[in-house]
Amino acid sequence: MAYSKKVLDLFRKPKNAGKMKDYDGVGKVGNPVCGDVMWLYIKVKDDVIIDITFETFGCIAALASSSIITDMVKGRSIEDALKIVKDDVLNELDGLPPVKIHCSVLSIDALQEAIYDYLSKNKKEISEFLERRHQELEKERKEVEVKYKDWIQKEEDLHEE
Amino acid sequence: MSIYLDNGSTTKIDPKVLRAMLPFLKEKYGNASAIYKLGAEAKEAIEKSRKQIAEKLNVNSEEIIFTSGGTESNNFAIKSIAFSNRDKGNHIITTKIEHKSVINVCKWLETQGFEVTYLDVDENGYVKGLEEAITDKTILVSIIHGHNEFGTIQNLEEIKNICGNIYLHTDACQSFTKFPIMADLISINAHKIHGPKGIGALYIKKGVRIDEWQHGGGHENRMRSGTENVPAIVGFGTSAIIDHRVEYIRELKDYFINQLNKIDNIRINLSKDLPHVISMTIPKIEGEAIVGSLDMEGICIATGSACNSNSLEPNQSLLAIGLNPQEVNSTIRITLSKFNTKKEIDKTVKVLQEIIKKLRDISPF
Repeated sequence: MAYSKKVLDLFRKPKNAGKMKDYDGVGKVGNPVCGDVMWLYIKVKDDVIIDITFETFGCIAALASSSIITDMVKGRSIEDALKIVKDDVLNELDGLPPVKIHCSVLSIDALQEAIYDYLSKNKKEISEFLERRHQELEKERKEVEVKYKDWIQKEEDLHEE
Repeated sequence: MSIYLDNGSTTKIDPKVLRAMLPFLKEKYGNASAIYKLGAEAKEAIEKSRKQIAEKLNVNSEEIIFTSGGTESNNFAIKSIAFSNRDKGNHIITTKIEHKSVINVCKWLETQGFEVTYLDVDENGYVKGLEEAITDKTILVSIIHGHNEFGTIQNLEEIKNICGNIYLHTDACQSFTKFPIMADLISINAHKIHGPKGIGALYIKKGVRIDEWQHGGGHENRMRSGTENVPAIVGFGTSAIIDHRVEYIRELKDYFINQLNKIDNIRINLSKDLPHVISMTIPKIEGEAIVGSLDMEGICIATGSACNSNSLEPNQSLLAIGLNPQEVNSTIRITLSKFNTKKEIDKTVKVLQEIIKKLRDISPF
């Protein structure tokens, strides 16, 4: 497979995997229809992310991206964490195949959504950038829902049966 | 030692096939069109292979044209039938579960003035609605014989009865040597049956109106030009007549499916007709993650999912049998061969159990 050793190592032994109880914020991004779903949980103290875990349904690149972002963020301030961009994740992973770049983007999205969730729950100030990103992700989520509404409806019907 | 369970993708060369090929890669390298002995030897070897394949298909040797593989055979059959019979009509019927080398040919023909109907299949994977789709402009029906993802075998005899005088083409790359095949045009290849890659054939029933598609020096009875790939043709012929141990493979599959019952919450998708294909959906886990984990343990299988290639489109065949896109992303395919053993299956099931547990533990669902 065309993955770096780093990616494969993280896939084999992901760090900070699992659900977090008593989290302060959670970011839920992606869609199972499209192939990847990432949930990031954060615990915050004095504006520092003191703990972070993930749960991911996804391919090798998605699982490795989830793991690396938790390592990159743990112990950093919210302000610092928000400075992380896609290329930082890609560098840490020693790259991803072109068709998997979106997995690194997904990990950034999940992180920003988790921070957004924490800030809004605690009535803290949300930057214009974070608010705009949140609105964009909401819009994308709704678009996927509309595009696949027949499938989603079918799923719901199945649950009701 | 690795465990190879992706035989629907390609197969290991049978030692007998390799032995038959080697002289034609070494001392018997002549061009089959040449009139001296070295050429005549090559020509003779080609005709012997043609006969072996024709006998396996229960047809005449003159009806077999060698090509570079399944993809070329499908391209040749569909494009050439379309253009050679344009005066009769411009309508082609195929299905939503075809290989890309049929679907994409049909999509291209739509840009060339042809109209294509893509038939649905029922929940068991069998084609439906053919009779209703036929019009007085229909010139070709192309339907896959044995399905590469979920193993359904279409009833070609019944389909041909419905077609009447309309030509029936079938992509039989997965079913050749495993089931009898009946159609006016049949695509087959060698590397799915323990032969070499890069060689296939198209059976064209005598009397079918079809022109050559690849023009040149007039090889293959003026139907497909290009210097013959003699070693590969010899390998193909041999691979058609070796023992395929179809019943053994079917036993292995039944054993495998039985062992899979040990794993919680997985579903087998059809996988009944073809002896070597097992499709399964493993909810809550993405297919590539399973394939990658198995690879680390030396086990080769395939995804049926979006992530299995450079395309992120969900697999259309799996959608057609009623899986939803999420299930498609959680689907893997295991395809067996006569070289697999029960011991390999035991190991695979054990590893699968561990991997599924690990990946489900970190899945949000």
